[in-house]
Amino acid sequence: MARRLLGGFSALVFVFLYAPILVVVVYAFNGGRETLVWDGFSTKWFSAALHDSAVTDAFRNSILIAAGNAVIACVLGTMLALALPKMWKPVRIPLEALVTMTLVTPEIVFGISALIFFTEAGITLGLKTVLIAHVVFNASVVALVVRARFVGMAQDLEEASFDLGAGPLSTFRQVTLPRLAPAVLAGGLLAFTFSFDDFYTSFFVTGAGTSTLPLYIFSSLRFGVTPVVNATAAMILALTLASVGLAYVVLRRAGMSDTGTSA
Amino acid sequence: MTRPGSGRWGRRARSGGPRYPGWLALPALAWYAAFFLIPLGFVVAYSFAALSGYSDIVFAWNLDNYRALWDPLYGDVFRRTLGLSLFGTLTTLLIGFPFAYWIARYARRKTLVLLFVVIPFWTSFLIRTYAWLIILDPQFPLFRVVHVDLLFSRPAVYIGVAYNYLPLMVLPLYAALERIDWSLVEAAQDLGDTPLRSFRRVTFPLALPGVIAGSLLVFIPLTGEYLIPAILGGNKTSYAGSLIAQQFTEVHDWPFGSAIAVVVIAAMTIVLLVFSTWANREASSRG
Repeated sequence: MARRLLGGFSALVFVFLYAPILVVVVYAFNGGRETLVWDGFSTKWFSAALHDSAVTDAFRNSILIAAGNAVIACVLGTMLALALPKMWKPVRIPLEALVTMTLVTPEIVFGISALIFFTEAGITLGLKTVLIAHVVFNASVVALVVRARFVGMAQDLEEASFDLGAGPLSTFRQVTLPRLAPAVLAGGLLAFTFSFDDFYTSFFVTGAGTSTLPLYIFSSLRFGVTPVVNATAAMILALTLASVGLAYVVLRRAGMSDTGTSA
Repeated sequence: MTRPGSGRWGRRARSGGPRYPGWLALPALAWYAAFFLIPLGFVVAYSFAALSGYSDIVFAWNLDNYRALWDPLYGDVFRRTLGLSLFGTLTTLLIGFPFAYWIARYARRKTLVLLFVVIPFWTSFLIRTYAWLIILDPQFPLFRVVHVDLLFSRPAVYIGVAYNYLPLMVLPLYAALERIDWSLVEAAQDLGDTPLRSFRRVTFPLALPGVIAGSLLVFIPLTGEYLIPAILGGNKTSYAGSLIAQQFTEVHDWPFGSAIAVVVIAAMTIVLLVFSTWANREASSRG
């Protein structure tokens, strides 16, 4: 009885979680000019969005930032994840707290702090500043994902490699990376997604004249929801889903083929 | 093909063995210092500065910005923000707990179910928020039958908050509930406990770490929430986040905006400290 009730309730929660996302996607295919007046199925707003330079410029910026951010975050985050587990405790604890802080600080506070810093440092706002700011919390995301896997992994081979006189670099390349690659890739895909979807940080540090997709959507909303905005949003959703799905598959396959150590 | 890493002995904790050197953490640490810690330091410094002319900053090192905040007008803003954060935490807990309980205890194919909880969390926050602009529009099919206009109102903001933050609550709740040995609960009931009593005495204490983690994950970001009120509240009701954003994007009073941000951070730190002290005491008293 309790089980049935809970099951029914949970089904409703799933409806609640997915209905809004579905609504955006469905209305993106509305052929009419008015968002909420259904006028037949059409993909014309997708092509309108793809021919709108405001959308395509913002899209290009978002991709560039997200990709650059993912690469840097992977390097920094992976190095951090390798160093952390066996670090001296009085150093490790504050460092871990710092990593957590970068993830829990309200994003608006982080956004304005970055804005003040770049202004004071005389760095012109633009794509570069967005990229720099995004790396801060995405390096932490990668570090957490990679570390979870690294700690769960047998370390015998690393120890043997170090014992035999290999340096950290060759040990990493020949011993650790082959097994850690799925986690690094998954962390990178998540970093890509978080950067691609980021609003707050970008809102404060893009400066005039440049835009990212979330910023484009936000500023368009001032004039209400238009079919072009819906089509753009549907494309963002598709890209995010593809990237998250890929991360999931990569982690899962790695988890199953490696003996017992789940990511 | 042989796979490396097939050792079964790796879970042993080893402290003295060879390892990756600690300096590997330096690049990330430098990045955090330069682009996170120092900028936060600037926010604190700015909160003691003053505006001179239109946008020049003078470091006056006084409390004027904080004094200006000591005004019933801003008191209302902070009270509203606290109300929003508490509402969001309680609502997501009330919806999230039974949901996470069902996943942890009854759901088949848990990984897949969990993936479907995580997907909305990973899709754009902005899109999930503006989706409600469409749903709450009086022209939306549902509201052509039921005549309610919630758009650009406080209820709209509350709905958006409950919706957006739900996955953040469900995940830690699930992580805690998933570890529960349900035979304990059954044993308690076999020995005569009512379901309610066994829930209170067995399930809830075991789930408490998840409740705390989830509450913090929802409460803390909510104290700085700006996007949801901006989109669904039509800017009619002002929250701490809206006030900060306004100082930086419209009014250009960065020192005052920084002071508000410092108050938010301070409140957040107090909540964190109180919560973690309480959680530690709770944990140690239960052994």
